[in-house]
Amino acid sequence: MIPEIGQFALILAFCFAIVQGTLPLIGVWKNQTGLYNLAVPAARAQFVFIIISFICLDYAFYANDFSVLYVASNSNSHLPLAFRLAALWGGHEGSMLLWVTILGVWTMAVTLFAKTLPDSFRIRLISVMGMVSIGFLAFIIFTSNPFERLIPAALDGRDLNPLLQDPGMVFHPPVLYMGYVGFSVAFAFAIAALLDGRLDNAWARWTRPWTTAAWVFLTLGIAFGSKWAYYELGWGGWWFWDAVENASFMPWLVGTALMHSLAVTEKRDAFKVWTVLLSISAFSLSLLGTFLVRSGVLTSVHAFATDPGRGLFILLYLVIVIGGALLLFALRAPTVGLGEKFDVVSRESMLLANNVVLVAAAGSVLLGTLYPLLMDSLGAGKISVGPPYFDAVFVAIMAPGLFLMGLGPLARWKKTSLPEIGTRLRVAAVISVLTALLVPFAMGKITLMSAVGVFMGIWVVSTTLILLINRIKSRQVTTPNLLENIKGIPLAFYGMLLAHFGIGVFILGVTLVKGYESEQDLRMEVNDVAKVGALSFKFEGAKEIAGPNYTSSQGKFVVTSNTKEIAILHPEKRFYPVQGSVMTEADIEAGVFKDMYVSLGEPLENGAWSVRIYIKPFVQWIWAGCILMALGGILALMDRRYRIANKRLTKETQDVQEAFDA
Amino acid sequence: MIRLVKFLIPLILFFIAVVFLFKGLYLDPHEVPSPLVGKPAPAFTAPILGKAGKTFSSEDMKGQVWLLNVWASWCGACKDEHPVLMEMAKTNKIATYGLDYKDTDADAQAVLAAEGNPYKATFTDVEGKIGIDYGVYGVPETYVIDKAGVIRYKQIGPITDEILFTKIVPLLKELEK
Repeated sequence: MIPEIGQFALILAFCFAIVQGTLPLIGVWKNQTGLYNLAVPAARAQFVFIIISFICLDYAFYANDFSVLYVASNSNSHLPLAFRLAALWGGHEGSMLLWVTILGVWTMAVTLFAKTLPDSFRIRLISVMGMVSIGFLAFIIFTSNPFERLIPAALDGRDLNPLLQDPGMVFHPPVLYMGYVGFSVAFAFAIAALLDGRLDNAWARWTRPWTTAAWVFLTLGIAFGSKWAYYELGWGGWWFWDAVENASFMPWLVGTALMHSLAVTEKRDAFKVWTVLLSISAFSLSLLGTFLVRSGVLTSVHAFATDPGRGLFILLYLVIVIGGALLLFALRAPTVGLGEKFDVVSRESMLLANNVVLVAAAGSVLLGTLYPLLMDSLGAGKISVGPPYFDAVFVAIMAPGLFLMGLGPLARWKKTSLPEIGTRLRVAAVISVLTALLVPFAMGKITLMSAVGVFMGIWVVSTTLILLINRIKSRQVTTPNLLENIKGIPLAFYGMLLAHFGIGVFILGVTLVKGYESEQDLRMEVNDVAKVGALSFKFEGAKEIAGPNYTSSQGKFVVTSNTKEIAILHPEKRFYPVQGSVMTEADIEAGVFKDMYVSLGEPLENGAWSVRIYIKPFVQWIWAGCILMALGGILALMDRRYRIANKRLTKETQDVQEAFDA
Repeated sequence: MIRLVKFLIPLILFFIAVVFLFKGLYLDPHEVPSPLVGKPAPAFTAPILGKAGKTFSSEDMKGQVWLLNVWASWCGACKDEHPVLMEMAKTNKIATYGLDYKDTDADAQAVLAAEGNPYKATFTDVEGKIGIDYGVYGVPETYVIDKAGVIRYKQIGPITDEILFTKIVPLLKELEK
């Protein structure tokens, strides 16, 4: 009964989405209040029914209802409860339901928090989000029904893929989707603006917080995924340039460009056409990512069931949504105008360069991701594009952008002088060059890549600090009290600093782990000792233990440094009987300066094992950098400016409204 | 006019991408042609399952067309494939030999005893060394080897009825001529 309620709720949500996506638009066009007042209630009703549907499916997982095909395929009665609930998004149908649920959450948020926008604009915005929802709900209902019954019911389920049985599964997909799908708001803003003919700095100011919020989620989602891969896959990699990773990374790059471009549009009323195009592109790349994952056109560790029928449906949807948006763009954008002029050396041109770099980087990732598909469909054979291409091209494109990151925020709007920036950054340049020479020397091996990497990382960190000092100094005349001075600087500025600082930390982490990680692949008998640098790893044998739905061989390693015991590691080799699969669970002693990482390979005779020991210097800095970036985004979101500006706007609109009414 | 065309560029690029994505839907990215197809099958000598002390040499198969099916007791997809192999065995026209990959003899024999044995004989590859020579990267995999000992076809993943009738049977007919 519960699954039928879920299915019925989903169909009702679909009906409300149709109302939300069509009638209010007609209402705005024909100026019929009755129709456009439908937007908000329809959006909220849609949200409520999607949530009901979501809860019904998760209840089926909770109650081990194996008469539901999707539950029987992705869960098992021995699976721990948290994983059963998260198993909802462990397969194709449920992931799509999660997608549409999160779209519902964003739509709901828009109806709640975007109250200050002018009516016609707000109605169009909500209606466009309804249109996006129609396609996905139709996709679920007609091709991927998660509530399909299995008669007779299975005695027990086929279990969740053991790779997914990890706390990462609980957080990574929802947070990532919050980011992915969150760009639908910026997309809807762009479409509404094109329909409305309203592309001004007010529009940019309204779009900014929504874009930043989606970006924060996407940053965290990608970082979670990377961390998860690091400890789960057992060989210490943290990024693989896998098609699906790229699918989440491309919207991130374009979304980052969009955040910067929006700043120019808001402050200088420039880059308008470009900003709209980026808004459309960020979400289009999210949709493309969904297509790549769901249709199975590319091989990936994330590939689910592949079915050309489903792929065709999503492709058709892409053609309608993205094609429609770009057509509207082509028709309306020529009338937008260029905005204010700026000098070649100015903050505008620095931000333009930032945009070009980020978009070129996204383009190179897109090319690398789709290249195997291009070659195959041209009959040019099967090839795969791997890390060598991505590492080389991506780093080469991003490096100049990182250099500019140090200059950009110091440049003035409209026109700035290079010598002036140069003088301000002398200190940063000296510090960066010195550390770029000293750090590789201290690490014991000097290579060009690590010197360049350290230079870039320290450059970004030090210029960011100088920017802060400069800002405080320049305010000292008007605000002599240091505490008040610091308090008076807007949060958005601190947010930018923190996010840029995070990029620097991230670069240092990547550079040092790439340059100085070490790996040993060895055969260890019980009581063997492996030496890695100053550390000794003693293998004290493996014992059998039983988990809730698996059995495991758990090894014990005692790590000593100068005869002092510093860590005990318990890597495991788990066997999950339901799917008959073996999983490697590495054990990691994480630290600020290095991670010690041990994983078990295969059992050998007499209790010996093949063992992998990795030392990963500064690897945690990679994720710490991402978290700083996300925190920066959150600070920017908390800036009072948006709220004040919005309030002022409401007041104005109300005055105008009252003037009309009177 | 030129101004207008400029704004159409994103749309045009998008439609070019769509054409490729559409074509991509009908291609199988998992289908990687094995470099071994058309080359002599790597020679091996391996113990025969259930016949302690006896070994099998792939050289003995010269002059026969045969199938080498790589399987294991721990492999889930092999259980899906098993009924198809049993059907093939019943016809008595296809010589299927098993290669028990990274498995224990006891587990393998238990599976064959419980579910039926479709193989003329099964060889064991406990350490997976023969698997490396054959480029096995997932179980099950099946190789069709001709009278001259050349690999003529490689099936990655389970043999389905469709693959059996459209690919393997026609190929075997041709090779038996």
